[in-house]
Amino acid sequence: MADLPPSQLPTELQYTIEHEWLAAGTPSTIGITSVAAEALGDIVYLELPAVGETVTAGTVVGEIESTKSVSELFSPVTGTVAEVNTAAVDDPALVNADPYGAGWLLKIDVSETGPLLTAEEYAAHTSG
Amino acid sequence: MTRTSPLHDEHVALGAALTDFAGWQMPLRYGSDVAEHTAVRSAAGLFDLSHMGELEVTGPGAGDALDRALVGNLSGLATGRARYTMICQEDGGVLDDLVVYRLAEERYLVVANASNVEVVRTALTERFAGRTDVRLDDRSLATALVAVQGPAAEAIVVGLVADQDQAAAVRALRYYASVPATVVGVDALVARTGYTGEDGFELFVAAADAPAVWRAAAQAGQPLGLVPAGLSARDSLRLEAGMPLYGNELDTTTTPHDAGLGRVVKLDKVDDEGAPLPFVGRAALEARAHAVPARTLVGLVGLGRRAARHGYDVVTPGGAVVGTVTSGAPSPTLGHPVAMAYVTPEVSAPGTELAVDVRGRHEPVRVSTLPFYRRER
Repeated sequence: MADLPPSQLPTELQYTIEHEWLAAGTPSTIGITSVAAEALGDIVYLELPAVGETVTAGTVVGEIESTKSVSELFSPVTGTVAEVNTAAVDDPALVNADPYGAGWLLKIDVSETGPLLTAEEYAAHTSG
Repeated sequence: MTRTSPLHDEHVALGAALTDFAGWQMPLRYGSDVAEHTAVRSAAGLFDLSHMGELEVTGPGAGDALDRALVGNLSGLATGRARYTMICQEDGGVLDDLVVYRLAEERYLVVANASNVEVVRTALTERFAGRTDVRLDDRSLATALVAVQGPAAEAIVVGLVADQDQAAAVRALRYYASVPATVVGVDALVARTGYTGEDGFELFVAAADAPAVWRAAAQAGQPLGLVPAGLSARDSLRLEAGMPLYGNELDTTTTPHDAGLGRVVKLDKVDDEGAPLPFVGRAALEARAHAVPARTLVGLVGLGRRAARHGYDVVTPGGAVVGTVTSGAPSPTLGHPVAMAYVTPEVSAPGTELAVDVRGRHEPVRVSTLPFYRRER
């Protein structure tokens, strides 16, 4: 279980108020934050869009199911899904173990970004 | 008002994720809920259940008063034994499910769910009104409850009892029995009861003594694989074991019979003259015992990966709604989703193929008997 306190969020990433992170790049990688992974508990099932699907910033694009609950995955960006992390789909525990690394979820060819937060702003959001 | 357990500092020190539960701040999990669940099945888990309610019923009329207030036969309980029972309304609806311990000839301990302590206390107070031969004392806040559950539980708990005769008595305890013992130097009621489907013990101690008992059990159990376990593991364990949860499988609109627990209703209870004992809910439950059920509690085994959850519709392959899920989760022990649900009798046979509407998609399930998991004895 990654146990980064919000003050130690990776500063090179951008965040959403819905607890996704976005790494700059072409395509851009997205995942959920350690804060979200921690709150969900052990993740047992991921429902993700298929490669080639178009996604819209701020809308639900998937589901993350843990032993205790179900949470929706919102896309931080508008664009086309370029890659899906099939290793995480097969072994969702990767998202708990390494949410900013091996537990990434999607790579998206971005046409437009939604509202994004810096690590500092996201930390303030989650501590509030 | 949020209450904290006498073990709150222990939970914080262990880094627990805390959650509000029935007005108490209690540990949801300490790390991985699946790892805590697995530890209870393979070794042992340490649980804080201090939020549960403890009501002491004493006096020469205690047994008779409980027989009239509850659906079970408590005056027939041997001293040192415990019984799973329920307190119902006049219409047969369940106010709470309880474990009642007979501690002495004229002394009983009624353990109620945290969310229902006031309901149970109020109902018992009303039902005991006018009687001078019975007394009710709420010991909930003065009492802490620590559970050690799992195949290693006996070795751990026996090891905490210094006196050899008491240790032998704890080792010899039968399931649903209790014995007083000195545990790490403090007075405890040691009961062989639990809510996980495993062998295990529940230790009732004074609130101030709870941290010492908790720490000693944690230390003694660690080499045997014991880990602290939170409410999340408790819920998945009890679901696998097919045990009802008040608010999910049981509530005031549900009779014991609906939940498949009609056996706890003792219609053969009689008074001193041999006449049927008029316990609260008797007429309604007698009628219910002979009626065709409108719905019945079943197990559902998920054939896909998505878990059914509380409140989801159960549907036929054709899409007709035939029931409601009461509890559901992925089963860490079995590796597939499981759920309990109320369904209409015609689709309740084990093996019946149904589906659950999981957020708009019909996920296939198969009706099964309960429990999903039964330990080897």
